[in-house]
Amino acid sequence: MNKIVIENLTLQYSDGTESLHDISLDIVANATTVLFGPAGGGKSSLLRCLNRLNDLADVESVSGRIILDGENILDPNIDVIALRRKVGMVFARPVVLPFSIRGNLTYGLELAGEKRKSRHDEAIERSLKLAALWDEVHDRLDEPAIALSGGQQQRLCLARSLAQEPEVILLDEPTSGLDPISTAKVENALEELKKLYTVILVPHSVQQAARTSDFAAFFLQGKLIEYAPGTEIFTNPQNQRTEDYVTGRFG
Amino acid sequence: MEKDLNWREYIITRLIKFSGYSAVIFVSLIFFFLLKEGLPTLAEVPLGDLFDLRWYPIESYYGILPLITGSLLVTIGAGLIAVPFGIGTAIYLAEIAPRWVRNLLKPLVELLGGLPSVVLGFLGILILSPTLRVTLNLPTGLTALSGSLLLGGIAIPTVVSIAEDALDAVPKSYRDAALAIGATRWQTIWRVTLPAARSGVLTAVMLGVGRSIGETMTVMMVTGNAPVLATGLADLFSPVRTMTATIAAEMGEVANASTHYHVLFFIGMVLFLISMTVNVAASAVVFRQKKRAERVLS
Repeated sequence: MNKIVIENLTLQYSDGTESLHDISLDIVANATTVLFGPAGGGKSSLLRCLNRLNDLADVESVSGRIILDGENILDPNIDVIALRRKVGMVFARPVVLPFSIRGNLTYGLELAGEKRKSRHDEAIERSLKLAALWDEVHDRLDEPAIALSGGQQQRLCLARSLAQEPEVILLDEPTSGLDPISTAKVENALEELKKLYTVILVPHSVQQAARTSDFAAFFLQGKLIEYAPGTEIFTNPQNQRTEDYVTGRFG
Repeated sequence: MEKDLNWREYIITRLIKFSGYSAVIFVSLIFFFLLKEGLPTLAEVPLGDLFDLRWYPIESYYGILPLITGSLLVTIGAGLIAVPFGIGTAIYLAEIAPRWVRNLLKPLVELLGGLPSVVLGFLGILILSPTLRVTLNLPTGLTALSGSLLLGGIAIPTVVSIAEDALDAVPKSYRDAALAIGATRWQTIWRVTLPAARSGVLTAVMLGVGRSIGETMTVMMVTGNAPVLATGLADLFSPVRTMTATIAAEMGEVANASTHYHVLFFIGMVLFLISMTVNVAASAVVFRQKKRAERVLS
């Protein structure tokens, strides 16, 4: 079942850098879709369209449609705040907010007007367990979040978006700054997450793309070159450029 | 060749070292001069008289309390104006204004900071005071309020410039993270960006306050210079006299090494003490935060 349908998405930044050309892509629910390719290919731009985080960037023009559950999210009249609660995001560098661990997790709920402490506690435990962080921090939730290690911070950021019970999770190179053990923990968490959510991941390496993907889309200079199930694209790519990239001939 | 280079290195190092030390030396020289000229006051005027309510040096009334309250009143008034406006402007410039507006406005605001205070005082006498007198129906427009308004104007560029730098230094990723969990733009500014820039914003406020308490020319021109004890914010509407204005106005006419002369330097010491307290308090807060952050990050 398709969770998100992207139709003819074209995006141009005002300074002429990285942009997207006529992207059409169907993203399947309860699976991990990987967007990969060399830097500057438009992967992050596409990700940032999916929760409208591009709104404040210097975007010159956007055209096309992004249909999420039958609704065009590029429509200027939609409720962007509600969209961002439904579509969570984790960034390349873990950005913990200057609060306690608990404060980081409940901030989104507070913003949404949820004040009941029982709901907060429930969301904290559920999201930390999903992000595989519960065992490490459950007895020190009131310590400042900045005191956690890099890997823990990144999983806290993941838990922070999960606390809002999103339906789609966007991850922009979430493990680029992490050691292999932390990376494995994040990847394992993603494996569990896709049972509940739709996961869209920009991996930080081709190897990670191959490890985690159910579906994979190869981006090169703002164009979608090839889109196929992960098992096919990494073993038997149809496009020459995909093959060259996957086999390490460039990139 | 090798030797030549060594010599140059040596001389440059020495020069830089000398400049560094000379700053310290000058400050301590000023400090000792201030002490030398100010401390004799304590021997010449009883402490009780010094903190009396009457400043009338010709008849040997050296009560500096009215001057201290005058300075405080004008400074507090200026702070009440400069802090909200300054931080508001800084938030607008750093967070809301488009890039080109910011590039246009920030140099303009900083230019405002370079305006000579005597010019502002002149505008105060000619325009602000008469307007205040008429609109508020006061006996005179030369009041603490006029001083506060102008000093607020003088402090705003300092506050804006430093607070804006601090806000601008907050990584963009903080804002993205807050927006991505569904915060509105205002919630992001209020709950994430501003707290993250807290120490810089505090420095901006302290420097702004420091700037107003040390300002002389403007307040001398517009506050009316009546050494009357101020007891509350209601006294904003009556004339006051600040410590700085007293020193500037009377230093030229006082006999060298007289009691009056020493008291004026004593006022200078009090002023020095106040601005030092403000600075130390500010850097203590900033330092504490920095240390906590460093400890946590290491």
